[in-house]
Amino acid sequence: MTSAPATNENIRGAVHTSSIHDSSHKHVAGTAVYIDDIPELPGTLQVYIAMSTRPHARLASLDLAPVRSAPGVACVLSAADVPGINDASPVMGDDPVFAETEVCYVGQSIFAVAAPSIDEARAAAGLAVIEYEDLEAYLTVDEALAAKSFVLPQMKMKLGDAAQALETAPNRHSGRMRIGGQDHFYLEGQVAYAVPGEDADVHVYSSTQHPSEVQHNVAKVLGVPDHAVTVELRRMGGGFGGKESQPALMAAIAALVVRNTGRPAKVRLDRDDDMEMTGKRHDFVIEHDVAYDDDGVIQGIEFMQAARCGMSADLSGAICDRAMFHSDNCYYLQNATITSHRCKTHTVSNTAFRGFGGPQGMVAIERVMDEIALQTGRDPLDVRKANLYGTGDRNVTPYHMTVEDNVAPELIEELETSSNYRARRATIREYNAAGNILKKGIALTPVKFGISFTNTFLNQAGALVHVYKDGSVHLNHGGTEMGQGLFVKVAQVVAQEFQIDIERVKITSTTTAKVPNTSATAASSGSDLNGMAAQAAARTIKERLIQHAIDAHNVPREQIVFLPNRVRIGNEEMSFADLVNEAYMARVSLSATGFYKTPKIHWDPMTGRGRPFYYFAYGAAVSEVIVDTLTGENRVTRVDILHDAGQSLNPAIDLGQIEGGFIQGMGWLTTEELWWNDAGRLMTHAPSTYKIPACSDRPDDFRIAIWDKGRNVEDTIYRSKAIGEPPLMLAISVLSALTDAVASVGGYKLLPDLDAPATPERLLAAISGLKARAAS
Amino acid sequence: MSGTVRFVLGSELRELSDVRPTQTVLEYLRTVEKRCGTKEGCAEGDCGACTVALGEPDEAGEMHYRAVNACIQFVPTLHGRHLITIEDLRQADGSLHPAQEAMVRTHGSQCGFCTPGFVMSLYARYRTGEPPDAAETDDLLAGNLCRCTGYGPIIASAQQMFELPEPQAIACEQPEVIEALREDSDATGLELRGGAQSYYAPQTADGLASLLLEHPDATILAGGTDVGLWVTKLHRDLECVIYIGDVSDLKAVQQTQRGLEIPAAATYADAHDAVGKHYPDFGELIRRIGSTQIRNLGTVCGNVANGSPIGDMPPALIALGATLVLRKGKERREMPVEEFFVEYGVQAIEPGEFVERIILPLDGQKLFKAYKISKRFDQDISAVCAAFSLDLDDGNTVREARICYGGMAGVPKRAEHAEAALQGKPLELDAVKAAMAAMASDFTPMTDMRASAEYRMRVAQNLLMKCYLETQPGTQPIRLAGSAGIKP
Ligand code: FES
Ligand code: FES
Repeated sequence: MTSAPATNENIRGAVHTSSIHDSSHKHVAGTAVYIDDIPELPGTLQVYIAMSTRPHARLASLDLAPVRSAPGVACVLSAADVPGINDASPVMGDDPVFAETEVCYVGQSIFAVAAPSIDEARAAAGLAVIEYEDLEAYLTVDEALAAKSFVLPQMKMKLGDAAQALETAPNRHSGRMRIGGQDHFYLEGQVAYAVPGEDADVHVYSSTQHPSEVQHNVAKVLGVPDHAVTVELRRMGGGFGGKESQPALMAAIAALVVRNTGRPAKVRLDRDDDMEMTGKRHDFVIEHDVAYDDDGVIQGIEFMQAARCGMSADLSGAICDRAMFHSDNCYYLQNATITSHRCKTHTVSNTAFRGFGGPQGMVAIERVMDEIALQTGRDPLDVRKANLYGTGDRNVTPYHMTVEDNVAPELIEELETSSNYRARRATIREYNAAGNILKKGIALTPVKFGISFTNTFLNQAGALVHVYKDGSVHLNHGGTEMGQGLFVKVAQVVAQEFQIDIERVKITSTTTAKVPNTSATAASSGSDLNGMAAQAAARTIKERLIQHAIDAHNVPREQIVFLPNRVRIGNEEMSFADLVNEAYMARVSLSATGFYKTPKIHWDPMTGRGRPFYYFAYGAAVSEVIVDTLTGENRVTRVDILHDAGQSLNPAIDLGQIEGGFIQGMGWLTTEELWWNDAGRLMTHAPSTYKIPACSDRPDDFRIAIWDKGRNVEDTIYRSKAIGEPPLMLAISVLSALTDAVASVGGYKLLPDLDAPATPERLLAAISGLKARAAS
Repeated sequence: MSGTVRFVLGSELRELSDVRPTQTVLEYLRTVEKRCGTKEGCAEGDCGACTVALGEPDEAGEMHYRAVNACIQFVPTLHGRHLITIEDLRQADGSLHPAQEAMVRTHGSQCGFCTPGFVMSLYARYRTGEPPDAAETDDLLAGNLCRCTGYGPIIASAQQMFELPEPQAIACEQPEVIEALREDSDATGLELRGGAQSYYAPQTADGLASLLLEHPDATILAGGTDVGLWVTKLHRDLECVIYIGDVSDLKAVQQTQRGLEIPAAATYADAHDAVGKHYPDFGELIRRIGSTQIRNLGTVCGNVANGSPIGDMPPALIALGATLVLRKGKERREMPVEEFFVEYGVQAIEPGEFVERIILPLDGQKLFKAYKISKRFDQDISAVCAAFSLDLDDGNTVREARICYGGMAGVPKRAEHAEAALQGKPLELDAVKAAMAAMASDFTPMTDMRASAEYRMRVAQNLLMKCYLETQPGTQPIRLAGSAGIKP
């Protein structure tokens, strides 16, 4: 399905059509250029970053003389060589580029070596003589909690009186769950290529979701103004949050080498170094204490969330906040207290990952739903439905925002029918009753995901649009392309505004030199923010063209209509290009910036109240699984998804986000296990040991639909909804379905002890544990 | 011996006389040829971003094209072969190959970084002319990881490409481009020296045997699925490499009176059909040992010779009583496969000696079952691998039980106590339970990133139960691992 052909009635690449990804021809031909494919300039140095082998130690001595004298070495850099500030953190100033007196995780950067080849640089780095004096290391959430080791202060959200509700409700249960982290496993690893400019300038090609922050960090490390640093990229080979704050380190080191040698320098981490050195999704321990009535309606709940933040704050504050914001998912909690601990451990500093804490918060409440269902003997779907937010009442979140756009009940109803949930559940119960070794399970779980950066100031974006004399358009904005299709969506918006075919719109690299002070392409906000900013820029130019037409052709405004690739002015029609050229000759400016800030939002972390989200994105999924009770092996056999993309800007792109997000979430909750040894070293640091879903893990029967009633009640770009993150959480249905399958061995009376990821090992342990509990 | 690596890249002959013997094909493509369409995602043969198609002539000189991982192949192994990369697929008029066009039409790329690798896997399949069914598609793509798409559109492409018009006049597919390779059938093999490194690629088993006498400490290179990683991951300098992939008389799997003879250079792909025909579970074990790309490179003998405790071939070979033929110069000796594994890191092999072949007895009477437990079904390393060979008499009494596990000890090891508990007993629940309990005396497994000791033990025991249950009449299949894959 490519763009519909242009006709007199339609442009190619209008909004709401399934335009192909702008780079797809280049992707399949191998001609799409990623940072490591940019032809290297003569004299380019390759940089190896030497890493700590201890989780927590004092750097007693660091002798780099043998490194400096090794063959080929052009420069060796450590903390003492940083002219500016030795920090590459996004916010808190606690992520040293090079360790100074102490190392705080295995994999932390200590020094860097530049040489003509990476082999020489790596070999030289191995000659360093490092003496460590080990210090006590906290590796897990539990150790950090016990030691009261935190990167940021605890946070609380409170609605009503949970303690009171827990005392008085007829039913009460508590539990504890571990939810594992996740490596991004973007196929393209971290990479930065820095090239010297005039004066102290440096131009950095960085694979990053956040060019402005990379720019700022590089400038800070070099001790130069931001204007001396330009950061540019055309595309990333995947990001998923892992290229939001993390790329600053690689870029800063590449720039430091440029500064010290005057030569271009590249830092490209190989897969193992990347996985050891860079942050991941936070693993959480979540405890709950819940009270509910005999129908399973929650009367009150307390959550204790503890996240492993690692050795520094990074983005953990906002991530842990978002976990709290999503501990309700679609459900009205009426009396809720949510406490969040941001644990400091001597492991890599965890970071943004698609969903940004939301998925962990949501897993916990969905587990509570499963628990209540097993305790009350009701169908888990009925328990879920009974707890959904209302539309007129029962609609206040634990952070005191009123849910105004709740479509969950309607959407769930539709999916329940289209997936044939009830009948399939009955069949599964029969199958399981027959005493098979294999057990089946099914679950429907919904998603409600808040859209906006919860730091209100980040919700802004800029764009730059030029129209050339021939009517072709140069489009630039602050968003970055990591595969999600942002560029084609924004190009569709601009094509739509000008009513020109999308091929007339040139999509260009993101660069801090064109649009400054941008926010990260994150929080699913890319097309909401940049689409609006680009629309504003296009409208500014369009308005000038209209004004010109009014003046030059002497017609009233109403008689100027932009038709596909042409403009009707009064009774005459001229091509868009002719009008543009005419305007140029009349000395009309054909370049404009556009700016957008999200309205209505505010959030006060001190009181735990506000409206942090402009709107919510919704979806629901039914997953069916089968589990081998002898081995714990399992498969997802069928998945039905109904997802609300508003009025989708590009259905094909959005379907891709839904499917990819779901599979990534499924991986997080099933096969993707991060495993550290007792010495604090991550042992799953390559695809041989870290298992993301492969082709055959995709359910054979996979039915995905975009909700055709979807329409954003808020005035977003063409009433679409953000799509990047929400679908990941649809995969929680897999974990609940696995829980359902395991629960069968206990006669559906007890909640299996099942942490995430539900590997075969954890499933088998849950099965054995449940059998033992059921027998006793 | 010749000192020049000759191969065809796309439609052009390459003759390299100054090449580092352990330079990877991927590095060569990206840095020397500036063909940057081939990507690095892992440098260990696990992600497929570096997939290329490699054509190799058979005995009749007919070219066969297979998808392989460029990241773990050394450049000299290209000698006499035809390398095709993503840049070669365009048709004469500049339009896309069906494998590419299908990926565009299905929205099969998002970030695009994995895409060239997928296209090359699809392309290799396209050249076979046979559209894959669903299970074959999963298997075809098991070695290509995509983090963005969720695979659906790519799976659809594997069908759609066969429905598009056939490509026209692709330069690299013209018969004359490989003529240059035929001219050079110099049978003496390749010999290279690069700095402190040397590289030999003998063409006969005798040549290999005498080279090894001269260089007893040489590293024997077959598919590179293990040795390649010594270079890309462990950054080891290999001084002397002897490549056996050109040894023409050690390639063909043959059925003899003694059974199936699997010689040193026979890949998993070469062995799969013949082994799977006699022992379907063994065939499936071969399928699951790695991706299509890995099976096209790695060898069955290599999986034994490297001495790993977690290789999947040894448990099956040991349970089936296979024999190893070791050769040194002109001398050969034989031993049961299990005796090769002395202890962790120690094998019963002498300097200058090599594993020449494995002889797998074909005994249709025995009941054979094998299982592999891993976090992911495809392209994963076993936490536990189990193989059961049961010889039952007419009365269902166990005459002999041979049970071997990988992942349970420092070597692939038989469960002797469990075997003894079954020996002479009717194959019934009581005996099975007794054998499961006895297994606790057979192993003290360890905990690592693949599994805990407790899980390993429990699942090892349960697999015996599964084996028993699967032998009961009327039992439904109780496996979730896909089994279609490459056809027996
Ligand atoms: S780079 Fe991953 S398989 Fe070669
Ligand atoms: S498209 Fe991004 S990894 Fe496949």
